[in-house]
Amino acid sequence: MSLTGLFLISFLIVHLLGNLQLLDLSVEGQEKFNAYAKFMTTFPVIKIVSYLLYFSILFHAFDGLLLVRQNRAARPERYKSWKPNANSVWASRNMGLLGTIILAFIILHMSQFWYTMHWGEIGMDSQGNKDLAAVVIKTYQDGSAGMIMVSLYVIAMAAIAFHLWHGFASAFQTLGLNHKRYTPVIKTVGYAFSVIVPLAYAIIPVFILMAKN
Amino acid sequence: MDLKLKIWRQANANSKGELKDYNISDVSEDSSFLEMMDQLNEELIEKGDEPVAFDHDCREGICGMCSMHINGEPHGPENETTTCQLHMRKFKDGDTIYVEPWRARAFPVMKDLVVNRDAMDRVIQAGGFVSVNTSGNTLDANAIPVPKANADEAFNAATCIGCGACVAACPNASAMLFVSAKVSQLALLPQGQVEAKDRVLNMVNQMDLEGFGNCSNVGACAEECPKGISLENIARMNREYLSASISSEK
Amino acid sequence: MKLDSKIPEGPLEKKWQNHKANIRLVNPANKRNIDVIVVGTGLAGASAAASLAEMGYNVKAFCFQDSPRRAHSIAAQGGINAAKNYQNDGDSVYRLFYDTIKGGDYRSREANVYRLAEVSANIIDQAVAQGVPFAREYGGNLDNRSFGGVQVSRTFYAKGQTGQQLLLGAYSALSRQIAKGKVKLYNRHEMMEVVVVDGKARGIIARNLVTGEIQRHGAHAVVLASGGYGNVFFLSTNAMGSNGSAAWKAHRKGALFANPCFTQIHPTCIPVSGEHQSKLTLMSESLRNDGRIWVPKDRKDAEAIRAGKLKPTDLPEEKRDYYLERRYPSFGNLVPRDVASRAAKERCDEGFGVNKTGEAVYLDFAAAIERYGKTEANIQGIDNPSPEKIRELGTKVVEAKYGNLFAMYEKIVDDNPYETPMMIYPAVHYTMGGLWVDYNLMTSVPGLFALGEANFSDHGANRLGASALMQGLADGYFVIPYTIGDYLADEIRTGEIDTNHEAFAAAENEVKGNIDKLMNNAGKKHSVDYYHKKLGRIMWDKCGMARNAQGLTEAIKEIQELRAEYWDNVKIPGKADEMNPELDKAMRVADFMELGELMCKDALEREESCGGHFREEYQTEEGEALRRDEDFAFVSAWKYSGDPSTTELVKEDLVFENVELKTRSYK
Repeated sequence: MSLTGLFLISFLIVHLLGNLQLLDLSVEGQEKFNAYAKFMTTFPVIKIVSYLLYFSILFHAFDGLLLVRQNRAARPERYKSWKPNANSVWASRNMGLLGTIILAFIILHMSQFWYTMHWGEIGMDSQGNKDLAAVVIKTYQDGSAGMIMVSLYVIAMAAIAFHLWHGFASAFQTLGLNHKRYTPVIKTVGYAFSVIVPLAYAIIPVFILMAKN
Repeated sequence: MDLKLKIWRQANANSKGELKDYNISDVSEDSSFLEMMDQLNEELIEKGDEPVAFDHDCREGICGMCSMHINGEPHGPENETTTCQLHMRKFKDGDTIYVEPWRARAFPVMKDLVVNRDAMDRVIQAGGFVSVNTSGNTLDANAIPVPKANADEAFNAATCIGCGACVAACPNASAMLFVSAKVSQLALLPQGQVEAKDRVLNMVNQMDLEGFGNCSNVGACAEECPKGISLENIARMNREYLSASISSEK
Repeated sequence: MKLDSKIPEGPLEKKWQNHKANIRLVNPANKRNIDVIVVGTGLAGASAAASLAEMGYNVKAFCFQDSPRRAHSIAAQGGINAAKNYQNDGDSVYRLFYDTIKGGDYRSREANVYRLAEVSANIIDQAVAQGVPFAREYGGNLDNRSFGGVQVSRTFYAKGQTGQQLLLGAYSALSRQIAKGKVKLYNRHEMMEVVVVDGKARGIIARNLVTGEIQRHGAHAVVLASGGYGNVFFLSTNAMGSNGSAAWKAHRKGALFANPCFTQIHPTCIPVSGEHQSKLTLMSESLRNDGRIWVPKDRKDAEAIRAGKLKPTDLPEEKRDYYLERRYPSFGNLVPRDVASRAAKERCDEGFGVNKTGEAVYLDFAAAIERYGKTEANIQGIDNPSPEKIRELGTKVVEAKYGNLFAMYEKIVDDNPYETPMMIYPAVHYTMGGLWVDYNLMTSVPGLFALGEANFSDHGANRLGASALMQGLADGYFVIPYTIGDYLADEIRTGEIDTNHEAFAAAENEVKGNIDKLMNNAGKKHSVDYYHKKLGRIMWDKCGMARNAQGLTEAIKEIQELRAEYWDNVKIPGKADEMNPELDKAMRVADFMELGELMCKDALEREESCGGHFREEYQTEEGEALRRDEDFAFVSAWKYSGDPSTTELVKEDLVFENVELKTRSYK
């Protein structure tokens, strides 16, 4: 879990850097984004990394579900009175639930953009690149459906935030990377990361929706 | 003070249990939680009912035998306090108190609040020792100096009383804190180095066989540990385990 | 009957060496065919079981707790003595031997105590090799501290949890043998009877405390390491389950019981707070280094304090009676345990007690806080510090030294000991008496051995601090592994013990009969605890810190009556063939009812005051203990003959060839 988790965390940064280009909705901006998308889908090294990414997502999800199953089986009879908030935070206890939300979002997200980019019907921009920017803008600006998509996106980012709130430092703990001086730093960075990164993601579709008017 | 108690009653390992209501009055604020239970049992016996079975022995917070899940937390609401050291002044007159046994597949209920914790002994038997026979001919105790910081940290890990509150508190019923405390203690001392790799592999393997859940770093265990055993021990065990698995030739 | 203690010949310091060199051995192939039962898994039991299994014997270990790690050795706080002389302060085997003999008020055997001092150093080596995390200095070497009654620093410790760490060390050695299959562990099992076949111990009857099943276990030797019997007093610092039944059953089967009246009352325990009290908690002896013990000078002030009308902090210095400093100016608050306990009782009996029950004295740290505060202010270079600053600095120092004890006190009493003085009162802590054993630790029943607190051998009439851990581990790790061979050398042709022998059947029937009698008596009036508390009251009042002939005679009669009432009227709910903690308790209390009588009888017989045994008739004009060496320098070993009242006294004379008997004085 920890290794794939850390890899997915690094992916979040790269993906965010790409997405942030969408904050420039001018024609040039959109074309720059489309060129970037083309590069990301065709450059061989990136392709190899992307297969690693698919594997990581699948492994992380399957392993997570397996753990949830095993952990539930470890306590067949539940407590009648149970005050978990006295000893732990909600996110830590609900990584399975959060992960499931995130997985559902990833499926939706990939069907909307990744699938369309690879095999769907998609127009070309003036540079001859697939016009992914247009697809994105349409998805989040398209009337009430767009509103729903933006909402789902924001909810998913909240789930990621909570998932990271626990997951970031937890990955280091699992790897045994614990140190009296560095662990507090890792925790602080983790909490900052888990707030800032999902927030930055969430701003993009909201920005696109607002840009409609 | 007067209290309402909701206590888990179960005749034996095979029967189905349930929470039963009891009222108890004139409880002294100075009595410990177990003394309150004694008082209840005395009343039950006088009435001709069966007293509540619970584990307890030293009543000074060190033997690790007492094991009640009180109002949703192992050993009740006080930090770093075993049930026997929890005093009734921490409750209010008229309170309702839930009392349940530890819950985990690896800790089957034997009767009422008594659970079977043999699994923890078996984990220690899998490697929680240094293989040195008794003889008058071991090295002089001061032959190998041990840095004070390591000795102190080993001691802190070794203060584990084996009560099982970590397992009871963990949403996954994982025994990682217990196991890691022993692995850590011996990993920090030169005497433990010789068998370090086999120890961690065997103990973790036994822990899994016993049916404890997995550690997902929730941290409830350390919060509820009556001896304040730290999560650092789990990290240390993870480190030991990873390096042992990678380098193991078995 | 003549007792043979089998002390080896030769000079004191050669006895153990010579004995080991000449003792008979059992060869490895034969060891595999020999079974040994060990009852109890505390320091003595766990270390013995592990060591015997390492040697090759087949061991069965029994404990009534759910895990061997819970035995009450775990609660020992202070430390373990060993003559290592790491501090270069003049310690030696002889000095440890001498301190122990003197501390025991010259009522223990020279040869046994010398051997204890001799093997003490090995215990530390062994424990360190097992990974016991003793306290260390910055250089990485082991640290030592000092304890009451001695002039050197020879106590090894692990914070206030030395017993825990040593027990977990022995438990880990035991666990290793369990994993190897050399020890079969019977947890949640209690020994109910010793089985004696043709005069030799051949096994035990045990009860499975989960199912109630009565089982027969055969062995070539039985080792009892079942601890002391302090719980006869109901309230003590012992664990709730600690009991004297294994030793008592052995006694009834022919093992002599030695010095039963030698009980150690520890002076610094948290006082009884009310009727609900189930046990007492010790506050480490180390507190007396800095705490000053006092009660009000005026009885009226004591009454006002008891009524809650006066606070101790409001009482000016001149109205306080620091009675230990007054009576024993040279040792002050650091007099030995027995002396400190008696002095507290004397004040409280006179009406100067300071809590609701009138049974408590103050242990005051105000002076220490002020003293440390001033020193600390000097160190920090603060000129003319305010009293508040001094208090603040001093409190920090005291917290660093005793913080965990103060926290424990506050948890139990709900009172801040930094602000108001602690209240303490003596409580039953340890029993020096126990099964009589010879130099080989064998009782008067061949094949039946007793180790640790269960035997009587090393502490005489008073045990020194940090010596119980030493004795338990010495017996288990370094004595019994040698001495048991001397007996078992004759057993190599015996073959497996037949548990179908009629002696097993008879013992089993006796156990079942007793259970039946208790479960199905006619009265069914009160719970076990009800009677146990009554017994405890009689023992505490009449066979406690001070005893006299009249009280003891009364106590014997009262116990006899109580015992009869108990068997007729105790009420045990539930069934015998299921988990039934009330029945477990009932069986133990039934034995306490007999043991208590023997303790009183022994105390009555011993017409002198020594160590923990204080007979009011035998005291000096100043109220100090008066030992009578010419008449009582012997071990009182009691032989059972059907009833405690007819038990017969057998004397083992104590011969002192290496130390001179002196009167202890702390004036």
